[in-house]
Amino acid sequence: MSDASINTQLKKGEAGFGDYFALLKPRVMSLVVFTALVGLLVAPVPVHPVVAFASILFIAVGGGASGALNMWWDADIDRKMKRTRNRPIPSGRVEDTEALALGIGLSAISVVMLGLAANVFAGLLLAFTIFFYVVIYTMWLKRLTPQNIVIGGAAGAFPPMIGWAVATGGVSIESVLMFMITFMWTPPHFWSLALFTKSDYGDADVPMLTVTHGRKSARLHILVYTFILAAVSIAVGFTSIGGPLYMTVAVVMNLLFIRSAVQIWRRDDAVAEADNYLAERSFFKLSLLFLFVQFGALLGEAALAPFGLGGW
Amino acid sequence: MSFHEPHEMHSRRLGRNLGVGLTLGAFIIIVFALTVVKIDNGGSMEGFDHTVRPGLVVDENAGGAE
Repeated sequence: MSDASINTQLKKGEAGFGDYFALLKPRVMSLVVFTALVGLLVAPVPVHPVVAFASILFIAVGGGASGALNMWWDADIDRKMKRTRNRPIPSGRVEDTEALALGIGLSAISVVMLGLAANVFAGLLLAFTIFFYVVIYTMWLKRLTPQNIVIGGAAGAFPPMIGWAVATGGVSIESVLMFMITFMWTPPHFWSLALFTKSDYGDADVPMLTVTHGRKSARLHILVYTFILAAVSIAVGFTSIGGPLYMTVAVVMNLLFIRSAVQIWRRDDAVAEADNYLAERSFFKLSLLFLFVQFGALLGEAALAPFGLGGW
Repeated sequence: MSFHEPHEMHSRRLGRNLGVGLTLGAFIIIVFALTVVKIDNGGSMEGFDHTVRPGLVVDENAGGAE
């Protein structure tokens, strides 16, 4: 093998810093950062800004680490799906073992550092979240059950609980309900995505609800989960972190969300094909806004509290 | 003594090396800042050396170590 051919191989397989960063799923990480920050700031115990910053950073790194481990395990199905084909491992820019090493290394660092920066309970909760996402969801249930999204959603729902635990050192009804918002939001969010990217999950043999139970069933599931989500997010409004601002926002957003879910439920695929899944696409976009606005309103309540305006 | 001409690999990996360097630098700064905050807040860490050592714990009532 000539020197030239070695260099060519290196160039082809060599990853840049951005490729390793992409392994951490930055878009998912932004959701983790935002919801964890809200959980931390709405808690009744003040946290020193440096401790808060470091804690959020280590929660984000932990979330990123589980993303890298997810990409390591799922590289085979990522190669089959259009949406994931350009990820660092299937595109050949990063070796799968590199992703494994990065995932394990960052997991350990983030858990230990969060335990030291905040408290042991927060560190353990982060460790459990990584374990849940990587082992329970990615390795065990994702390819086994059409309820995979429901279970995976739990892992994504933990960050506000961890943020709350950073401040308080424990769990309470408020943090459990914040968990429930993201937990109930995730299935309709992803099932609406699955409705308009229909061939992808089927090609990868992932038992998506749309494939195993049919698309009509998925439409009904979206509606049911949207109603449960509405109940949970209204319930948050009655706790110590809720208030008039949050309640107003929650009522408006949930009415919009339910209306959009009813539209999806009343349609069939023939109608959806005709307008290129317009209702499903707009539900998906609304779901992104939904979570941001809901948690933003909680933050608004906490920001108003010093002026005697937040809360009931 | 003369400097070696940089290998092509070094310029190719500059971005990656710079990224790793900056990340490690940021990590050091965060750990240092955390340490300063923890010490400033007077955490009981000085009184803990794998087992609680009361002799190292500041007695708040007396205003000094016993």
